[in-house]
Amino acid sequence: MFETDIPKFKTSTGRSLRNEEMIINMGPQHPSTHGVLRLELVVDGEIVIEVIPHIGYLHRCFEKHCEAMTNYQQVIPYCDRMDYVAAMNMEYSYVLGVERLLGIQVPERVEHIRVIMLELQRIASHLIALGTYGLDVGAFTPFLFMFRDRERILDLFETTCGARLLYNYIWVGGVSHDLPPGFIDKAKAFCKYFRPKIKEYNDLLSFNDIFIKRTANVGVLPADVAIAYGSSGPMLRGSGVNWDLRRDDPYSIYNRFQWEVEVGKGEMGTVGDCWDRYMVRMREMEQSANIIEQALEQMPEGDVQAAVPKRIRPNTGDLYVRTESARGEIGFYIVSDGSASPYRVKARSPSFVNLSVLPEICRGAMIADVVAIAGSTDIVLGEVDR
Amino acid sequence: MTPQQISEKLKAQFSDRIREVKTEGVPDPSVKVAPEAIGEIAKFLRDDADLRFDYLMCLSGVDLGKNLLGVVYNLSSMTHRHKITVKVEVPVENPVMPSVSSVWPTANWHEREAFDLFGIRFTGHPDLRRILLPDDWDGHPLRKDYKVPEFYRGMKVPY
Repeated sequence: MFETDIPKFKTSTGRSLRNEEMIINMGPQHPSTHGVLRLELVVDGEIVIEVIPHIGYLHRCFEKHCEAMTNYQQVIPYCDRMDYVAAMNMEYSYVLGVERLLGIQVPERVEHIRVIMLELQRIASHLIALGTYGLDVGAFTPFLFMFRDRERILDLFETTCGARLLYNYIWVGGVSHDLPPGFIDKAKAFCKYFRPKIKEYNDLLSFNDIFIKRTANVGVLPADVAIAYGSSGPMLRGSGVNWDLRRDDPYSIYNRFQWEVEVGKGEMGTVGDCWDRYMVRMREMEQSANIIEQALEQMPEGDVQAAVPKRIRPNTGDLYVRTESARGEIGFYIVSDGSASPYRVKARSPSFVNLSVLPEICRGAMIADVVAIAGSTDIVLGEVDR
Repeated sequence: MTPQQISEKLKAQFSDRIREVKTEGVPDPSVKVAPEAIGEIAKFLRDDADLRFDYLMCLSGVDLGKNLLGVVYNLSSMTHRHKITVKVEVPVENPVMPSVSSVWPTANWHEREAFDLFGIRFTGHPDLRRILLPDDWDGHPLRKDYKVPEFYRGMKVPY
């Protein structure tokens, strides 16, 4: 049990005060929990002794749905709805798994389009993460700025496939629509517009004194704990672990582009604190813009549905596929029994796993810091609960 | 190390408790092990200097039919950059196996999920409660023979 260093208080007559623990419920309806998460806090005064997360409020039996579908493609829209702010990343991972089961090679143009969409989605998702994180610790303006810029990405998605949030865009073997005329210019213009904005966010939020005081040295996640708890994505990299599946377990065509993996360095405090996790996301957006620009530059011609199979019936077998979503390692364990629909799909969602380390890093923090720590893990409850 | 070398090493260490090795012609090479030995094998996989499987990517329950439930461990090593899949099968009447949450803390929630949705019990787990479904839910939905209950606390299911 955590030992507090609060001295035993006494009244002026010398009587000692009672000192006891208390349970506080944070959520499930609380703005700082980013959805329907309930945290049971055991507190001694302001100090958190234990955090017990309760999840499942948004459980929709995603895995059972997958088994009930009549074919593999029907699962894709459900993947969208797991992580609804980074839907492209979700559907891509599942589609990649099915393609590997089938042994399909997708055309070059499709690979390029997918990389562009995935990285645009990563920027859009990080903008939400950072904007709402600002809200969590009391900065309102950056949120508005970031949503303004995210809107431009959603417009790009809308011109491509008609949907702004839940796309069903990446198909097994291809994508649902080719890029519309003028997309490449618009996307280039976006990258050009977006780069200076990162400096604006930095001036406004990242290096703001109050923000640093709220986040530096708070919720420190050491590298060994992060690995043992299976953390991934910005959570893991924030702790100084140089690990990115796009580079370390290569898929698609990421190895053709010049970009860097950003890691937390403890610039404002300790390596692995909330500020580091925040800053990894901020810097990743610039790297994503680099990748997008290079992919746009190299875009080949071709038919985007040339490799779409008429019928999907993988051989009996199972595989685990993982890709780097905006939140970390999204993995799908897919079992095929040779029929037209999956026998079993397990989604290893990054938020679910990243959330499981929360009790570990909240121990000994103040109540207000729990809000900052939970925000810095950037969870999406749709994906935690599935 | 290649999957062949990994499975050879496991066989040398655990002999007959390694039930089956599949490294050819499958997308993910896998090793099937005896359920009662999984705790020990997990510790060996993590601590052996040549293996160093420090990262449990995923732990999934599976209803294999034929009165068998399975648990699949997808492991990777950040140090050596190799992967292996470990599989365990337990009978559906008595689905009990040791927990690996002391080896990889991330298994804690994954095992709770497998318990919740498949009813697999992990001995030595620090906190084996339902995680996604309500505590008083009946049955384990991801089993293939699961029937959706008609009522939950007097509410009609499905609505």
